[in-house]
Amino acid sequence: MNYTVVVGLEVHVQLLTASKLFCACANKFNPDNPNVQTCPVCLGLPGSLPVMNRKAFELSLKTAMALDCGIARFTKWDRKQYYYPDLPKAYQISQYDLPYSHDGHLDVKTDDGEGVRRVGIIRVHLEEDAGKNMHDESGRGQDSQVDLNRCGTPLMEIVSEPDIRTPGEARRFLEEMKLLLTYIGVSDCNMQEGSLRCDANINLHIPTDDGGHVATPIVEVKNMNSIRNVELALEYETTRQFREFQETGVKLGDPGGNKVTRGWDANRNVSFEQRGKEEASDYRYFPDPDLVPVTVTEEQLDAIRGETCELPTPRRARFQSEFGLSEYDASVIIDQGPALADYFETVAQGSDGKQAANWVTQDVLREMNERKVDIDEFAIRPDVLSSILKRVTDAEITIKSGREVFAALLADADADIPISIKRIDRIIEERGLKAVSAAGELEGIIATVIERNAQAANDFRNGKQAAIGRLIGEVMRECKGADAKAVRAMLVDELSK
Amino acid sequence: MAIELTRDKVREVARLARLKLTDEEVETFTSQLGHVLEYVDILSEVNTDGVEPMAHAVEQFNVLRDDAVRESLPREAALANAPKTDGRYFQVPQILESS
Ligand SMILES: [Zn+2]
Repeated sequence: MNYTVVVGLEVHVQLLTASKLFCACANKFNPDNPNVQTCPVCLGLPGSLPVMNRKAFELSLKTAMALDCGIARFTKWDRKQYYYPDLPKAYQISQYDLPYSHDGHLDVKTDDGEGVRRVGIIRVHLEEDAGKNMHDESGRGQDSQVDLNRCGTPLMEIVSEPDIRTPGEARRFLEEMKLLLTYIGVSDCNMQEGSLRCDANINLHIPTDDGGHVATPIVEVKNMNSIRNVELALEYETTRQFREFQETGVKLGDPGGNKVTRGWDANRNVSFEQRGKEEASDYRYFPDPDLVPVTVTEEQLDAIRGETCELPTPRRARFQSEFGLSEYDASVIIDQGPALADYFETVAQGSDGKQAANWVTQDVLREMNERKVDIDEFAIRPDVLSSILKRVTDAEITIKSGREVFAALLADADADIPISIKRIDRIIEERGLKAVSAAGELEGIIATVIERNAQAANDFRNGKQAAIGRLIGEVMRECKGADAKAVRAMLVDELSK
Repeated sequence: MAIELTRDKVREVARLARLKLTDEEVETFTSQLGHVLEYVDILSEVNTDGVEPMAHAVEQFNVLRDDAVRESLPREAALANAPKTDGRYFQVPQILESS
């Protein structure tokens, strides 16, 4: 059946500020020390007053601008009221009708890898996070525990249009979002620590005989703690909703067809119905009288534009045009994050773009994985790798020798020998890797080797092809920097005379 | 257009505010709150066409602070008013989230 999957995502992102949104408590993930980052403001004690963190607002602006949102010149904060143990004030300071940004977008690749899906961003707004509840899982009905360290930390809510059409697109939307936010440095987007969280709204549009369609009830899926789990949960929901519709025929808006919330059980790979929150969101928003509105000027936006680095999408395009990379290679490098892209750029600038891409995406990534280090900790710094590659492109050493130097440097590093460009010279010299570019010198060696191995030379002349291997091997031993292919060609030439 | 305040509405608002009202109190508050709403409703006689909604009572904007950390309360102080605690966490009756 050719139904359409309709998905909208709501992403919550914690901002990388030093202090909380409305007070000077530390904004730090600290689960082992509960309730040590609180004060009268974030505990909601009477008489305390919130004051907005300037940095948090600037990071929010930066995010919305990176998502191509329109920025409101006037914005305010509202109280969203509900009772929950992790929210001591019994209201969350959030933004209701005048969020600071609206109408942006994020582009993601479609499932076939060819097309681009432009996913609309309805709004990004800035609010405070709640604390954290820990539930007793023994089933014995013990008390829940509340840690308010996180309460009042700055949180962005990014709401997409329901433009996403497959679980795979949802995954790539989140991957691209995470990449963008880490690129511009507004969040570390660590899903394990909860600094990137995602809820998904999903339903199906099922075609009808008259050419129209019916919509299945919208389900909001929560509790997905990894990007992969979002994809799995949406795949599961797609199948489940279609099966349920075939069994019951219940459409969106029918009795029993209201929006429901389901949780995702990552251990069993199923979604399960959650109890509806009281009276579907009667949050009774009103402007928070404790906070005055904030205005934004064009100069402020210009300043933020000026300090925002190149974003992943234009950088991918530039890597293709400037360094001649394929779209695939450009993506492999960019998708690893800004540090690897910077590393690549330094290598490429001193050598050759394509070579640099090959080495970075293969040799460097492989060795990083093996050593379990980040690019910042990787022993061969980009200027050193660039120097190796330059020698290869200048034909000072062969590619094979280049790899030998690379491996030797890593061995040095493992033995705590400091690595430098000078060290490359030493290795080339010690191992005799200098390429013999002067053909004359190589010709001399070839002549000597043939003389020394008259038997093998004769065998080859008499049609025993394999005999040449011994000669090539000997020449290569004599001069390690030689290119084996060239040596073979010269030997064949010489022996055919 | 005065808002008709019903007893059910009062019960609903009380429930959202976690207030337990007796039938007698519902009666009293329906009448009292009704009068308050009627009084405030006098404002709707003013013609507000073309008037920007007011976001705040004071004409002040952009009260922001620098992103600097200051010392927080010691845990003991943070938990001092908690009805129940184990010395590390606030403790509350079990929260049911899943079915
Ligand atoms: Zn605080």
